[in-house]
Amino acid sequence: MPALLKPKALFLLLALFHAGAACAEDTFTIGYLELKGDARYKDKRLFSQYPGQPLGRPHAGAEVAIREVRFHGVELGLSFALEKVEAKTPADLQPALEAMQARGIRFVAVDLAAEQLLPLARSQRGREMVLFNVSAPEDSLRADGCQPNLYHTLPSQAMLYDALAQYLVSKKWRNILELTGPNPEDQALSEAFARSAKKFGLKISEKRPFELGNDPRDRSKNNIALLTGGDHDAIFVADAHGEFARSVPYQTRNPDLIVGSEGLVPVAWHWSWERYGAPQLEKRFEKMHNRPMTGTDWAAWIAIKSVAESVQATKSTDFATISAKMTASDTLYDNFKGTAGGFRAWDHQLRQPVLLATHNWVVERTPLDGFLHQSNTLDSIGVDERESQCRF
Amino acid sequence: MRKTLLALLVSSLPLSATLSPAMAKDTGYLFISSEKDNSVMVMDSKDFSVIKVIPTADRPRHMAFNADHSLIYAACGDGESIDVIDIAKLEVTDRIEDIDDPEAFDLSPDGKMMYLSLEDDGALGFIDLGSKELVAEVEVGEEPEGVLTSPDGKTVYVTSEVANTVHLVNAESRELTANIVVGKRPRRFALTPDNLELWVTSELDASVSIINLADNSIKEVIHFEPTGFRREQVTPVGIVMTADGKGAWVALGRSNHVAYVDVASRRIEDYVLVGNRAWNVTLNRDESRLYVVNGLSDDLSVIDTASRKVIKSVPAGRVPYMALIDD
Repeated sequence: MPALLKPKALFLLLALFHAGAACAEDTFTIGYLELKGDARYKDKRLFSQYPGQPLGRPHAGAEVAIREVRFHGVELGLSFALEKVEAKTPADLQPALEAMQARGIRFVAVDLAAEQLLPLARSQRGREMVLFNVSAPEDSLRADGCQPNLYHTLPSQAMLYDALAQYLVSKKWRNILELTGPNPEDQALSEAFARSAKKFGLKISEKRPFELGNDPRDRSKNNIALLTGGDHDAIFVADAHGEFARSVPYQTRNPDLIVGSEGLVPVAWHWSWERYGAPQLEKRFEKMHNRPMTGTDWAAWIAIKSVAESVQATKSTDFATISAKMTASDTLYDNFKGTAGGFRAWDHQLRQPVLLATHNWVVERTPLDGFLHQSNTLDSIGVDERESQCRF
Repeated sequence: MRKTLLALLVSSLPLSATLSPAMAKDTGYLFISSEKDNSVMVMDSKDFSVIKVIPTADRPRHMAFNADHSLIYAACGDGESIDVIDIAKLEVTDRIEDIDDPEAFDLSPDGKMMYLSLEDDGALGFIDLGSKELVAEVEVGEEPEGVLTSPDGKTVYVTSEVANTVHLVNAESRELTANIVVGKRPRRFALTPDNLELWVTSELDASVSIINLADNSIKEVIHFEPTGFRREQVTPVGIVMTADGKGAWVALGRSNHVAYVDVASRRIEDYVLVGNRAWNVTLNRDESRLYVVNGLSDDLSVIDTASRKVIKSVPAGRVPYMALIDD
């Protein structure tokens, strides 16, 4: 195990062990796993502050949560602890998780991209272990790639784009031009948006491929004015990275609205959100980490909170009892977004409102009024039970 | 000559007002704190005309009278202060400064100590109102909110919204004596006149938990289900009990209703439609009127308690938080 840990992480871990030894039966430890050098958190990318993307590692949110739950175990005489392990390479992920399990950890927040998360979650099938996906929005992880012990606290792409589609439809901006990037991740965004457009009745009038670059021979793909001509109500940009999307506003042929990866962006959290106690959470986060909180931070935060709240509600530390509570249909977690939600039974995605944000304001909270659902309004955004391809 | 006389008269007015606080008694004024206007609006409760808008430090929220109703304390969250409003002058005459994000509070029965939830610190603060100093902090769960002092002054009850807990703090030793888990996001308290039951609203549980103070157990939970709203839209916050302890009014937040509960039978007798996000509720002295502030429709609903109907809605500033009536 030590081979896969940075010396600093090892030191912290030993310190935790030591503290744990003093009051072993009184500490409920929640694990946290991340990968060193994860491309999504490269300095330059974080510096760019692409809307809807992280401003730092989501572990920051988990740290805020673990402080918030310091009274949740008081009836049981428990305190909660967070144990972070940073794997050096993708190959070190599984051994790291096994080691955590050997130490009695049963709930682990996992900050990994979909390609690393999927095999790791598969390896835990049938084991006494719950993993929380805090940073991979891919729909595939909630569909054919779904796993019974993989829970998703970050909204899926389907949820994000259903939220956006509800808004566009409510404004009667139905006629959409789409600009799509060349990468598979961009393609996934495009597919998710196509699903949402169909669900809510948007018309994607045309899909035009874009490419980053200045080659005049490719100007039909890299010149924004040339890319954006024609008659439409809004332009949807499918750019998972964000470098192209940020250059689209104010460069369009017509004075166009931009949505998707730039402009009006669906997010799990935004620092400017000011209702339902959100400013207090944001303030706690900024006080601790000196930066605004984003969707992935929020997802890590609520993953930790959902475990502690389930322990508090069941007055139990038993794995089966806690995990049954987490999937019970009447279990609700306070998300500071106004409508509490629990995990969907069919794919273990956390129900939650999605915010539609600009750079410095939340324009709307979804589901919007008027979009109804037969059992839970929050299920009007995302993949509903009948639509779900997940079979546990 | 006439000019001088007038000037004399005018200049003597505030003076006489200061000299005889008795004049300010039972003004019949409503005082409404408004989170986004950074002011307290003073309204005549007879005709709802605006008497004055008193500028305060930023984001005034919870307010309370001192014992003889000569002063109002207003906790100003972003102004990091407790502003003291002189009711005779209708202006802020004093300020307790450097209090980080004060939210709700209650006073000791002798009026000397203020027990205050410090939202950012996750603590209950003790402010000596004589020296105007924060003299102690007791760590409680994150986002403490409602505060209530027991009539004997020995115990302070405080909710933690995040820990779903009601903390009992010994006012003298300043130590936590009990932690009672209640419904999600506990907010505000009401105490039965016999001091046996503590009622606490749970914003995210659509409920009121009734705590048996004899053994700190949950005696009963009342769930609210106004017609046409789903559980997640029912977010109880404000609560007030009638002086005889027979009835309780509960504001149901996003479901835009207040509920009237018969205390003995626990039966919800009525749901009254009010404005958007009904937040805090206040009864006048003879309990003929209930004032409800609506945070998302920026208004005040006035309920005739005999008929349990809204008889008036009046604008009340941007994001009104609570109302007090001096009667």
